[in-house]
Amino acid sequence: MTPLASFAAGESIGGTLVQRLEDEKLPVEGVTITASQDGNEIGTGESDADGKWEISVPGAGIYQVRLETSTLPDGVALTDPDREELPNVEVKDGQDKKVLFPLGESITSSVSTYERVGVLFIAGLKLGAIIALSAVGLSLVFGVTGLVNFAHAEMVTLGAVAAYFFHASSVGPQWPLVVAVFPAVLVGVAFGWIQERGLWRPLRARHTGLVAMMVVSIGLSFAARNLILIFFGGEPRAYPDFAGQAPIEILGIPMVPKQLITIGVSLVVLAGVGLFLQRSRSGTAMRAVADDADLAESSGINVDRIILITWMLAGGLAALGGTFFGLNQAIQWDMGFKLLLLIFAAVVLGGLGTAYGAMLGGFIVGITVEMSTLIFPNELKTAVGLVLLIIILLVKPQGLLGKKERTG
Amino acid sequence: MDWGSVLIDGLLATIGPITAAYAISAIGLNLQFGYAGLLNFGHVAFMLVGAYGTAITVDLGGPLWLGIIVGILTAALLGLLIGLPTLRLRADYLAITTIAVAEVIRLLVRSSWGQPLTNGVFGIQGFADSFFDLNPFAPAELYGFGSLVVTGRKLWVMVVGWVLVALLTLLVRRLIKSPWGRVLKAIREDEDATISLGKNVFAYKLQALMIGGAIAGIAGILLAVEQQNVTPDAYLPKITFILYVIVILGGAGTILGPIVGAIVFQFLFFTIDALMVNAQANISWVGDFLTPAAAGQIKLVLVGVGMMVLMIFRPQGILGNKEEALIDER
Repeated sequence: MTPLASFAAGESIGGTLVQRLEDEKLPVEGVTITASQDGNEIGTGESDADGKWEISVPGAGIYQVRLETSTLPDGVALTDPDREELPNVEVKDGQDKKVLFPLGESITSSVSTYERVGVLFIAGLKLGAIIALSAVGLSLVFGVTGLVNFAHAEMVTLGAVAAYFFHASSVGPQWPLVVAVFPAVLVGVAFGWIQERGLWRPLRARHTGLVAMMVVSIGLSFAARNLILIFFGGEPRAYPDFAGQAPIEILGIPMVPKQLITIGVSLVVLAGVGLFLQRSRSGTAMRAVADDADLAESSGINVDRIILITWMLAGGLAALGGTFFGLNQAIQWDMGFKLLLLIFAAVVLGGLGTAYGAMLGGFIVGITVEMSTLIFPNELKTAVGLVLLIIILLVKPQGLLGKKERTG
Repeated sequence: MDWGSVLIDGLLATIGPITAAYAISAIGLNLQFGYAGLLNFGHVAFMLVGAYGTAITVDLGGPLWLGIIVGILTAALLGLLIGLPTLRLRADYLAITTIAVAEVIRLLVRSSWGQPLTNGVFGIQGFADSFFDLNPFAPAELYGFGSLVVTGRKLWVMVVGWVLVALLTLLVRRLIKSPWGRVLKAIREDEDATISLGKNVFAYKLQALMIGGAIAGIAGILLAVEQQNVTPDAYLPKITFILYVIVILGGAGTILGPIVGAIVFQFLFFTIDALMVNAQANISWVGDFLTPAAAGQIKLVLVGVGMMVLMIFRPQGILGNKEEALIDER
């Protein structure tokens, strides 16, 4: 299978398929992998007895590499089902590009309905926690400024990428992930500060309209997303810590510990945000500004300062959400954009501008989307999010916890 | 580096069928965003729907002309479906929904669920033969002056494309000068005042979204016909953002803005590309880190930055006048 390597200068894509079970690594044989470019199939390869596979490609460029999950042996599955196809595999001149498909134990093969529902419920709680963390900031910023910040998605991505830098990058300090998450959140806070001071406050001072601001925010989102792509590359990566964790069983339902950590930490942080909003001076002031900025200003609240704090809080929470998202799925340049639709669904469901609504909406959306895979194929998850969004807009546009005011 | 040939290539790219298609799509977006103030962040979805409507119809055995009608109507229908739940609400809800719809439609088209109809990631090819049968030029022959030449095949698409640009520009001009267009502008400038004058604002917005969507559908069909190919990943969100830059650059809410914007944008885009290729080839340290992929990404960063800078510093674009650029205000 390897004489292809004798194409000295020829480019190829290859890798080794191994299944990780606890500490063991077993090669997986006979799996078909397809490489294509712009929708045209370039070639296929099959893994040999050592799990090795290789596909020669015509030249440097971006390829899409797909693992045909139907050819996986029983009991073997992708650890991340979304990584069935890698859309952005960049092959450089003369490079033998190595591509990784992490394989683990299949948990859906021959399991009881109870177990399946349980697994999906936990996955939904986890996704909900990530959405809730990311959505609160978006909703708070909307509350105090009236702006739907489309660049919020990139705040999520930036958090995950920053954590990767502090944790695993060869030029970074290589701290353990539990340490690296703190500077990552600080990067998010700093990004929030920079955005508000460098962009949004000056724009408000110029009396730029909201429609124009939204166009600016989506331009920022697009620029930032592609900047991240330049520096981080197109390939999805995983944090080395906690990768391939073995599931533990609680009440007969297998759960991966990092899912539980994600849910637990998120709940604590969200409770902290709630406490901050209810009890602290800044939090109360934030709610006052969201309610009526002019009234808040005339009662002595420094509105600009409150808005700045909101942006920093939003940046930090989004960065934490992004790190958890990266921990549970993969870190990729457009991960935030992919999550954005679900974040929007959560924020609208809960009521634009309400912090608690965004939390509630996040969990509802997360659980609904994961549970929907009981009926619909996995790849339609985001479509379910959209359907949810449209139903809310039709039935209750102000959201579950939003005030009934004119939204038109 | 031969700057003469770069200039020729640049000119060819600027007057080519892609520019015509972008101009058409921008005419649709201009109607929605420039005249009606609708924030459609999923414009590319209308192009996708138009292109696939045509390709699938032909693929199922229908004639091309029927496919084109189906494509345009489905694009308008998409506008109706998006507009009904969102246009009664504040502007942000339309923006949120359109950006979501664009991604979901692309995912549906490439999913195994849509595969029987759309052929998934592989797409549909070779559905526009009857268009090229009508070609009055010899397909393989070269037309033009000196080194500025195109094949007869390409010339045919170019002629049809730019004729469509002209026709649609005239159509939009007529619409905007009509009472309908005046109401549309009134909505953009003061929605409450328009409502209190007894106008059904919702219906006007919905019509603008649908007509703009149908025009984008035409652009999608033109692109698909030119390439004889539709694949889901040709309709990425970046096209929407490029179109915003085109509309704002040319002048949102002006008749000729989309055409000027498309031409200037394509020329700039190509020039930047040529400069980067030149730097890669001739300056060794640049070539080391500026890979072709990175060069493409840098161009997209510039699209995003361009969108921000234009919107902040020159929201009226090249052709607009400052007083009429009311998108700037709420």
